[in-house]
Amino acid sequence: MPDWNKPLPSISGETRPYWDSCRRGQLLIQKCDSCGEYQFYPRGICANCWSNDIQWITSSGKGTVWTFTVTYQNGTPGFAEDVPYVLALVELEEGVRMFTNIVECDPRSVTIGMPVEVTFVQATNQISVPYFKPAG
Amino acid sequence: MVDLKHSTAIVGIHEHVTRYAPDKSELQIQGESVIKALEDAGLTKKDVDGLLTASSSARNTGLNLADYLDMYPSFVDNTTVGGGSFEFHLAHALNAIVAGRLNCAVITYSSTARSGSVSVGTGGVARFGHPRLEPSPDSFEELYGLTTVGLYAMIAQRHMHLYGTTSEQLAEVAVAMRHHASMNPEALFRNPITVEDVVNSRVISSPLHLPDCCVITDGGGAVVVASAEVARNCRHQPVWVLGAGEAVAHQGAGKRDLMYIAAAQSHKPAFEMAGVTHKDIDMAMIYDSFTITVLETLEDLGFCRKGEGGDFVSGGRLKIGGELPINTDGGGLSSNHPGMRGIFLLLEATRQLRHQFEGTPRQVADCNIALCHGTGGALGSRHSGGTVILGRD
Repeated sequence: MPDWNKPLPSISGETRPYWDSCRRGQLLIQKCDSCGEYQFYPRGICANCWSNDIQWITSSGKGTVWTFTVTYQNGTPGFAEDVPYVLALVELEEGVRMFTNIVECDPRSVTIGMPVEVTFVQATNQISVPYFKPAG
Repeated sequence: MVDLKHSTAIVGIHEHVTRYAPDKSELQIQGESVIKALEDAGLTKKDVDGLLTASSSARNTGLNLADYLDMYPSFVDNTTVGGGSFEFHLAHALNAIVAGRLNCAVITYSSTARSGSVSVGTGGVARFGHPRLEPSPDSFEELYGLTTVGLYAMIAQRHMHLYGTTSEQLAEVAVAMRHHASMNPEALFRNPITVEDVVNSRVISSPLHLPDCCVITDGGGAVVVASAEVARNCRHQPVWVLGAGEAVAHQGAGKRDLMYIAAAQSHKPAFEMAGVTHKDIDMAMIYDSFTITVLETLEDLGFCRKGEGGDFVSGGRLKIGGELPINTDGGGLSSNHPGMRGIFLLLEATRQLRHQFEGTPRQVADCNIALCHGTGGALGSRHSGGTVILGRD
């Protein structure tokens, strides 16, 4: 496992199941049992109807690139040496969007609408980070 | 019934001319600006009972500023919603004046972003000065190397995808702002540029090139805002706050259409209160953190339809003498952008409404009504929008 020099997520009670699941290679999103809406990022209440009837759902991990940018300049250690890299918003099949990087491809080959699937990179013993790569 | 449109006026302004001030503190720049703006109004410290300020450094709050200037305001507003905070402040001052809680306030801002070498647009998470990510939303976002410019570039990318907007059209915004800056002796960059110059320059975050991004400077300023009663005795004729609206826009639990920005909500109450239409607007100050910010804002303010911003900003429409002159000081793209720029929108709109440049090419002809729209935060994640409409008698 290489040294991880990017920022690491902080974990709170409401987000722990997400990160625990990432460690097992599964991407979780949330669905409200009261109103039926999906949501991302995870939180302790339903952002739509404000109920507490939140269920964790395993996402298919498949989606499409909603938009992206190829980043050529970022002063933060861990990213400064990664340029050019692709910062993207991916829309999951379930209909919610999440920030990510598109990896395992030429940054210049990424397009809006491109099918992608989740892949995990182990950062520490506790944290694995979900990224997306072109769908195989 | 209170006449809202003649309840509150901008009566004094000052823009600190500095673009680089390594020897000055933020508080000193603010203090100097407040003093000069009160001189401009013909008022003194004793006349001021309100203080409104925002800071990107989080330590220069209204509390510290009141201490520095030895003021004891009875109305304090520290609303900090990014670069457009000052349009919110003006709206809040109006509320307090109408409620009878405020007679005369100063709105002020300063920053030493340039001499402090703050990478406002490309610093990544380090731009906040601390690498620790909050559980939400940072840990689901900053983890991926967000930059401010990247969060705007993503919106530009999708705008191009959906509507066929081109880099050349975005460049038109930068070219128009530089044209205006060439008439502003205080502007950081004054040499004219062409569309080709912009599209052939370095890409910072695709599809945005370096000149699509605002400059980074030091600077500051102050606005004196007062009730109609106070305004009657000031040196300049009042610039009335005719209308105001504010809004926030965000990810919407991962489902909101990010192509619509806060301006789509905030402009409606502002126009309604002012009782004017888009045709009545003689000039506009549109927060130009990036060229895409201007294009999206003009669409969502309703100056053109969604997707037509690329055409709208082309052909010189935004230049003085064009259909809708914007950012006649050169804007953030060419004049100054010390971390937050919203206060400078109010300053230049006031100068234009005072006809301060009469007889020179910088004056917008017959300028009676101006619109200012401040955007704070990032279009690709979450941001605020404050619209104010100003007018002269």
